[in-house]
Amino acid sequence: MDEANESAVALTVNGRAVSVTAGADTPLLAVLRQDLHLKGSRIGCSEGYCGACTVLLDGNPVQSCAMPLEAAAGRAVTTIEGVASTAAGEAVRQAFIAEQAAQCGYCTNGIIMTVTGLMSRQPATSRADIIAVLDERNLCRCGSHARVLRALDRAMATLAGGRA
Amino acid sequence: MSELPSNLKANPLLSRWISIDGPAQVTVHSGKVELGQGATTGIAAIAAAELGLRFDQISIAAASTIDAPDEGITAGSYSIEQGGSAMRWAAAAVREIFAGAAARQLGAPAEEIEVADGLFRRRGRNETVSYWQLRDAIDLERSALDLPAPALRGGSVDHEGLQRPDLPQKLSGAAFIQDMTRPGMLYGRVLRPAHPRQRLESFDVAAVQAMPGVVAVVRDGEFAGVVAERDELAAKAVAVAARTAVWRTETLPADDGRNGWIDGVVPKSSTTFIADETAPGPIARRHAARYTRPYLAHASIGPSCAVAEWTDGRLKVWSHTQGIYPLKRQLARVFGLDASAVDVTHAHGSGCYGHNGADDVALDAALLARAVCAPVMCLWSRADELSWSPFGAAMRMQISAGLDPSGRIAEWSYDVWSPPHLARPGIGDGINLLAARSLQSPHASSADTDAARPQGGGDRNSVPLYTLGRRTLTHHLLHQGPLRSSAMRTLGGHGNIFAIESFMDELALLAGRDPVAFRLDHLDDQRGRAVIEAASAAASWDASDPGGEGRGRGIGFARYKNLAAYFACVATVEVSDKVRLLTVHAAIDAGEVIHRDGLINQVEGGIVQAASWTLKEAARWTPDGFAARSWADYPILSFSETPVIETIVLAPAGERPLGAGECAAGPVAAAIANAVAHALGVRVRDMPLTPDRIAAAIHALSEETT
Ligand code: FES
Ligand code: FES
Repeated sequence: MDEANESAVALTVNGRAVSVTAGADTPLLAVLRQDLHLKGSRIGCSEGYCGACTVLLDGNPVQSCAMPLEAAAGRAVTTIEGVASTAAGEAVRQAFIAEQAAQCGYCTNGIIMTVTGLMSRQPATSRADIIAVLDERNLCRCGSHARVLRALDRAMATLAGGRA
Repeated sequence: MSELPSNLKANPLLSRWISIDGPAQVTVHSGKVELGQGATTGIAAIAAAELGLRFDQISIAAASTIDAPDEGITAGSYSIEQGGSAMRWAAAAVREIFAGAAARQLGAPAEEIEVADGLFRRRGRNETVSYWQLRDAIDLERSALDLPAPALRGGSVDHEGLQRPDLPQKLSGAAFIQDMTRPGMLYGRVLRPAHPRQRLESFDVAAVQAMPGVVAVVRDGEFAGVVAERDELAAKAVAVAARTAVWRTETLPADDGRNGWIDGVVPKSSTTFIADETAPGPIARRHAARYTRPYLAHASIGPSCAVAEWTDGRLKVWSHTQGIYPLKRQLARVFGLDASAVDVTHAHGSGCYGHNGADDVALDAALLARAVCAPVMCLWSRADELSWSPFGAAMRMQISAGLDPSGRIAEWSYDVWSPPHLARPGIGDGINLLAARSLQSPHASSADTDAARPQGGGDRNSVPLYTLGRRTLTHHLLHQGPLRSSAMRTLGGHGNIFAIESFMDELALLAGRDPVAFRLDHLDDQRGRAVIEAASAAASWDASDPGGEGRGRGIGFARYKNLAAYFACVATVEVSDKVRLLTVHAAIDAGEVIHRDGLINQVEGGIVQAASWTLKEAARWTPDGFAARSWADYPILSFSETPVIETIVLAPAGERPLGAGECAAGPVAAAIANAVAHALGVRVRDMPLTPDRIAAAIHALSEETT
C-alpha cells in the first residue's frame, strides 16, 4: 500500500461517528462495503450511471461509487442499513416491500435511497420531479419500473397521511 | 399427474429435496435457482401446500452441488413446470411417510389423518404430533422410485399477501454474491480486450505489479488478471494493464445496424423443418417482408461475480450461475479434476435473463484463486459485462405469403437466419467458459449448435399457431458471428414473434381486415383466442379506429415456445420524433397459478424489458471494437418511459402450470411495431425502433406521397 496517500477521514455513517484510513481517492462505496461492511449499497457500474450505489450525503442522494472518501469527510452518510430510522426512509422501504417492487432487487436499494432523499426535502419534491431524477440516476434491468412507480405513490400517500 | 416427474426420477432420494429441520422449519432443496424471477418462492409455496405447512415454516436452501438435486439449468420458463412438479411429488411423498407415522403414533387409521401448520391430527380430535416430533424416527433416505405415487393435494399456499421471502434481506443489507466474504479473501479483476477479435500479446507486468495493493499478476496463455487486497485496487491495477497492453487484432465485418453481415456468410446448416405440401387454392395477392433483430446485451445491473477457494486440490465455487451442476463439470474438466473434487454453490446475483457472464467469471475466479492460494472474489467491470457476457443473437427473418381471394392466408414461407442462441456450459463437447480458450493449454468451446426443436433456438416460435395453408419453414443456423451469442430470454422468440406478428398486421391490411379479427380468423386454439379477446377487450379495441396523426394501437400474440404460457397484449403509442409507449393491456394464460403476484411481476417486468429491447437496444461494434462499454452507450428504458400496464390473468380450471417468465417479449415487440405502423401509416421492420428509423420511415412515406 502507498502509505503516503493514506489518511484518516472522519465521517458519520448511519448516525455513528467513524474514522476510516484509506487512500483519499478511494470511492465512498468501497469504504462502505469493504471497511464498514455495509453491503446494502450495491456495486453496479462504478461509473456513476446506474445508481445501485446511491446513498444519502447530508440527506441528498449521491452515487457513492463516484464520490471519493475525502469528499465525505465531516459529513453524514446514510445507507440502506440506516434508512429505516427516518419516517420517510421507513415509509419508502415498506412501500417497496408492500408493492413487491423488485425482481432481483439489485437496483432497488439505490432507488429507495434516491426516492427517500427527494421525499425528505422541504418542500417535498413532486412526483414528476422524482421520476425525472430517477431517469437520470437509477437504472433497473429487470423491468420493475411499473412497481417502483406504484411504490413511490404508496410512500407519498403514507407520508401525506401524517406519518411524516 | 400420475407420472413421476423427470427431475425427481433423475434425483429420486427424498432427502435431496426436503429436510425437516428443528425446531419448526422445513427446508426445501430445489435444484432450480433464484435468479430474481421469484421461482424459488413458487416452488416453496408448492412444497408448503403438499406438506401442509404455512409458508413461513418453509425455508429455501441455496442450491449446491453438495446436497441439491441435479435439475440442470434454470431457464426456459421451466422452473415451475419441471422444478415445481418434482418438488410437489417429493413433498407429497414425504407428507405421506410422516402421515403414516403420525397415524401409528395417534392410534388412528391413516385415512383419518389431517395435517395443517405442520401438525398431524386425527380428524375431529385435538391431539397432535408434528413433523418435528416425528422427525427422528423417520428416514428420508428413501427413493421416490420405490414408493407408490403419492396423492397430490395440488395448488399452492398462494394468497393475496404472499410475498417473496428473499426481498426483506435484499432491501436491507448483504444478500448477493457480490456481498460475500470469506476469511482471507482477495479481489480479482481480469484483463479483457475492448474488441471481440483481439488477443493479448503483452502488457507491462512490472507496472501492474507495482500498483498499490496488488498481490499477484496472473498470466496463463492469453488469460491475464490481477489479484489485490481490495476490489477497487484490483480494478485500478487492471486499468494499468489495459493501458499498456499490446493486442493482435483481426478485422470484423462492418456493422450496418441491419445485420447486413449475414449476407457474407454461409450458414452452418439450413434446415427446412416444415414443408407442408398441401396444394394451395388460387392466390389473389402476395406479400413479402424482411425483419431484423440486432444482437442484444444481457446487461445485468450487477456485474458478474464469483468466489473461488482451493483447499487440498479441491475447488469450491460460489456462483450466480443458472446451472450449478453443468458449471461444476466444466470447471472440473478445465482443471483436470474428478468432478467430485469440485463443488458449486449458488448465490444470488442480479437478474441475468439468460446466459450472461456468471459461468465465465467462475472460471476467472478459480484461475486467480489457484495462483494465490487464497479465496478470491472476481468481479467483472461494467465494460466486461457489456462486451464479454454472451449476447442475445442477431436475427434476420424473411416471410412471404399469399392470400386467397377471400383474404385468408393460403401459403406461408418463413426463413430465419441467426447465429447460435445456445452456447451454455454443458452444451456440446467443448468447454463453454470464456477464459478456457485463452489458456496456455486451451480448451476449445463446443461446435456451434442451437437448441433443438420443438423448443428451438433461432427457430423458437417460428411456427405460428395460426392456420396458414401451405407452409415452408427454414432455419439457417449461422456460425458464431461478430459477437459471441448465447441464450438470452426467449432465444429466437423475440425476433420471430416480432416478425410473424408484424407480418400478420401487414397481411390484415392487405386483406382489408381488422388485425384482431384477422388473427381470430386464422386461430383455432381456444386458449389462444381467449387471451387475444381478453387483451383487446381490456384495451377497448376499436376496429374502426383509423389511427394516424401520431397515435396508434397494435396487438401481438403468441404461445411461448408453442408449449408454455399464452400471451396477448395491446400497446398504444404516441409517435413524434420518438415512440412513446403509453399503455400495455396484457392477458396471460399460464394454466394453474402458483404465485399470482409473482406471475404478474414477471409479466410486468417482461413487458418493460421487451419495450426496452424493441425501442432502444442494439449491441453494435465498430472497427475499433465493442461500441458499448458503459451504460452511456447502451441506453435502456427509463422510469418516465414506462407504460401503464394492466395484466389480466386467465386461469382455466384444471390446466397444469405453464412457464410464464418469457412469454411477453415477442408479443410486446410486435404490438409496439404494429402500434407504430398504425400511428404512422408506415412500418419499421428493423429493431430497435429508434428516433432515426422513425424519422427515416416518415421521410420515405412523404417521398412516396409527394
Ligand atoms: S455503481 Fe454507482 S452509479 Fe453505478
Ligand atoms: S429489480 Fe433487478 S435490476 Fe431492478
